[in-house]
Amino acid sequence: MHLSKVIRHLTLAATLSAGLGVSTIANAADTIKVGILHSLSGTMAISETTLKDTMLMLIEEQNRKGGLLGKQLEPVVVDPASNWPLFAEKARELLEKDKVAATFGCWTSVSRKSVLPVFEELNGLLFYPVQYEAEESSKNVFYTGAAPNQQAIPAVDYLMNEVGVKRWVLAGTDYVYPRTTNKILEAYLKAKGVAAKDIMINYTPFGHSDWQSIVSDIKKFGNAGKKTAVVSTINGDANVPFYKELGNQGISAEDIPVVAFSVGEEELSGIDTKPLVGHLAAWNYFMSEDAGANEDFIEAWHKFTKNEDRVTNDPMEAHYIGFNMWVKAVEAAGTTDPDAVQAAIIGVAVPNLSGGYAAMMPNHHITKPVLIGEIQEDGQFETVWRTPGLVVGDAWSDFLPGSKDIISDWRKPLSCGNYNVKTGKCSGQNY
Amino acid sequence: MRIKFMTGGMPVSWLRALLLALFIASPLVHADDNADFDAALAQLAVSSFDSKAEAIDTIAASGHPAAASLLEQLLQARLFFRKADGRLVIGEKDGRRYRIRDALSGEPLGIVKKRALRKIKTNNRLRGHIRSTIATLNLSSPEVAVRLAGVQQLLERPDPTALAVVRRQLDKESDPAVAEAMRTVIALEDLKSDDPQVVREAIERLSGSLLPAARNALARVAAKSDDQQVRDAAAAALSGIESSLQLNQLAETLFFGLSLGSVLVLAAIGLAITFGVMGVINMAHGELIMLGAYTTYIVQLLMPGHIDLSLFVAIPAAFVVSGLVGIAIERGVIRFLYGRPLETLLATFGISLILQQLVRTTISAQNVAVENPSWMSGSLALNPALSLTYNRLYIILFALLVFVALLLVLKKTALGLQVRAVAQNRNMARAMGVRSAWVDAMTFGLGSGIAGVAGVALSQLTNVGPNLGQSYIIDSFMVVVFGGVGNLWGTLVAGLSLGVANKFMEPWTGAVLAKILVLVFIILFIQKRPRGLFPQKGRAAEG
Repeated sequence: MHLSKVIRHLTLAATLSAGLGVSTIANAADTIKVGILHSLSGTMAISETTLKDTMLMLIEEQNRKGGLLGKQLEPVVVDPASNWPLFAEKARELLEKDKVAATFGCWTSVSRKSVLPVFEELNGLLFYPVQYEAEESSKNVFYTGAAPNQQAIPAVDYLMNEVGVKRWVLAGTDYVYPRTTNKILEAYLKAKGVAAKDIMINYTPFGHSDWQSIVSDIKKFGNAGKKTAVVSTINGDANVPFYKELGNQGISAEDIPVVAFSVGEEELSGIDTKPLVGHLAAWNYFMSEDAGANEDFIEAWHKFTKNEDRVTNDPMEAHYIGFNMWVKAVEAAGTTDPDAVQAAIIGVAVPNLSGGYAAMMPNHHITKPVLIGEIQEDGQFETVWRTPGLVVGDAWSDFLPGSKDIISDWRKPLSCGNYNVKTGKCSGQNY
Repeated sequence: MRIKFMTGGMPVSWLRALLLALFIASPLVHADDNADFDAALAQLAVSSFDSKAEAIDTIAASGHPAAASLLEQLLQARLFFRKADGRLVIGEKDGRRYRIRDALSGEPLGIVKKRALRKIKTNNRLRGHIRSTIATLNLSSPEVAVRLAGVQQLLERPDPTALAVVRRQLDKESDPAVAEAMRTVIALEDLKSDDPQVVREAIERLSGSLLPAARNALARVAAKSDDQQVRDAAAAALSGIESSLQLNQLAETLFFGLSLGSVLVLAAIGLAITFGVMGVINMAHGELIMLGAYTTYIVQLLMPGHIDLSLFVAIPAAFVVSGLVGIAIERGVIRFLYGRPLETLLATFGISLILQQLVRTTISAQNVAVENPSWMSGSLALNPALSLTYNRLYIILFALLVFVALLLVLKKTALGLQVRAVAQNRNMARAMGVRSAWVDAMTFGLGSGIAGVAGVALSQLTNVGPNLGQSYIIDSFMVVVFGGVGNLWGTLVAGLSLGVANKFMEPWTGAVLAKILVLVFIILFIQKRPRGLFPQKGRAAEG
């Protein structure tokens, strides 16, 4: 698909240069390049191809509206192939060779960590659209996905206060996001008076598919007579066999609800949802949100993909917000110069897809509503609870001893992503 | 599970108990209730979950003959309103459309698009509420099986509001099994009594019960009762339960291990042919498994509405598809590379990437939905503490079946004889008139076909996506090397023992470390015995 597009571009370019000669060069100079750094092959292609398409759609729409600063936007798509070092190489290529004005990309935390030094060295702009473990704030990165306090903590609050959960299973895939999130959650639960024996923590390898013993352990843990819930940071598609096993061992969502942070509409569209019905997910956007902006977005998405069955999900909304924020900041600054855009984007507010607004905060995180939804048979979510207002993304968790005194504020004169309010020092280490 | 929906200040759970008691006391209420019943059905359309809960209570209390089945349909999310006329219908999925029938009369109303229907949505609280309402309703059903299901439901999810009904029904109960279960429900409640005599009797009844609720209640009594005698009795009952639970736990872990092992055997057994017998390092083996899984997906797409039968079609189809692809790979690439293992490894690795990307571009980069037939879902409950999931049970049996079939093919057929002859001494076999090139292609096809069949089984356990094969290739090689190259029995024993070892280690070490420890063990083992568990003997092995 990608290759055919490249060929089409090449043929187009060849025809144009043959026919019009010099004018193509002039045209090329008149575009603003936007980098798209998402894996189109390998393990992460399952999630990231959709985001590439989302970006292409947003850029196309913007161009139809007349582009930006009187110029057309030109997407530059590269394929880092789910290979973390390749992410850094491709990022360098985008910044040095293609001279993109901004880049939208990455999914896993490790890919973000891999490109971070490149963006800082070459002073690029990266919009990162996925929920992550925080404990990071870079001058060059805008985090449009949720920080733990915009997803995990409200979900735990919901289970504790509305469902009355007393025992907790923290189950995750063995890598940085679940480990950090669970560390934060454990500290949070203990601060709320949950005893250590009422918390069970479990890690599994990537793509784990044999959940028999773990589900059986969870069942035993939950049989102790107190309401039990599972907080799952299990990565993407390993969730499916997990839910299947829960269903087969006779654990329903009414007995032991599972709240997941990485199961969205996209993941559900590829599976038999029967065993999942009633389990929960915490996100900042659901496709089922009843808002005009959302309906328009879904319609545009169906039209763009020419497929009525395609779903929308939370990271797509994050790109929608991030892209619109960048457009607004560039318009305000009158230039795509990274420093000017960095200064202009803080405080920019754009509509989100659930009928409210998202604002870019000085710590490069955005404001979001937090929604808890129950999975329905059709793969959609029924919102059962939402935070009363918007939640500001917290770059440094207040529940970890190492980071509770640290704040991030990229406005002048502080301009620091790692400022210790106790010692009054900016450590200069941003991640 | 106590559910409180407030209706005008009165908790619905009480209201429900009251209504149920009324209903059971006088089952002959008709005309008046029909109006209420119809109103309640209409009330289901309201989006508020609280008012749905009210409607459910009214329906349950109405004594309408369809009440229980209606609630069951609601629980299964099969109850819809037809948008055109607001008629309450039961819809069953038929491909992308729904086959609907009237919810009360059962009159068929044809097949409609999803858009023409509005589903009555439920949430966790409501589903829990419906479940216990149905259980209580079931207690007075004329059928023994339904009553038993109802009372067992109450054992698993104790519901204090149902207790009055249980006590009343017990007197009328004719079936001994149901009555026994009902007494257990009452005994659970009696443990909370202040009378030591009642409590001791309840302990007597509950000793030996493996129900989690019984164990928790006994533990509470053993810790908190004022009466020393009662405490001792409870503690004795508890220790009996604990030791029997441990035995069950052992059996469960063994089952988990065998099931993990059978998956390993299935994934590896095709490789045992291509790698073990032919000596070809086929890195695309995992992708042949993946093709089998995708064949299952396509078969299910082609026969919507017959999911229960789809696997029986998918097994031969997957064998043919993967087998043909395997033959194509052998004829197209591998036959030029015999005797050059490194090149074979690289070439087949390339093929594996090509196959993956092929699936990604032609079908989808996303995982696809392979449905589980109903007979593969759920579990076989041997006792309250030990239940074996059906999908695992069938897959263990299936793995053994495939193994036996393969063994028979190799030992009893002409093809098998030729395969073994070529594997042992190619030149001699050719001198005897065996077409070795043909045998190579067939052998590779057989191994690949078996990989495809394994894919059908795996599609029932894990995600079907372009990366499916990658997660099994390492494990497959591990099993074959551990078992001894060229020996099918070795593969079986190696697969099952690795599975069991893994599962026995998992509770202590966690899933991640268990896997690492198994790998370390195999490395050490191979250092000591490079030819695996069952080394091939004789001259052939030297060549």
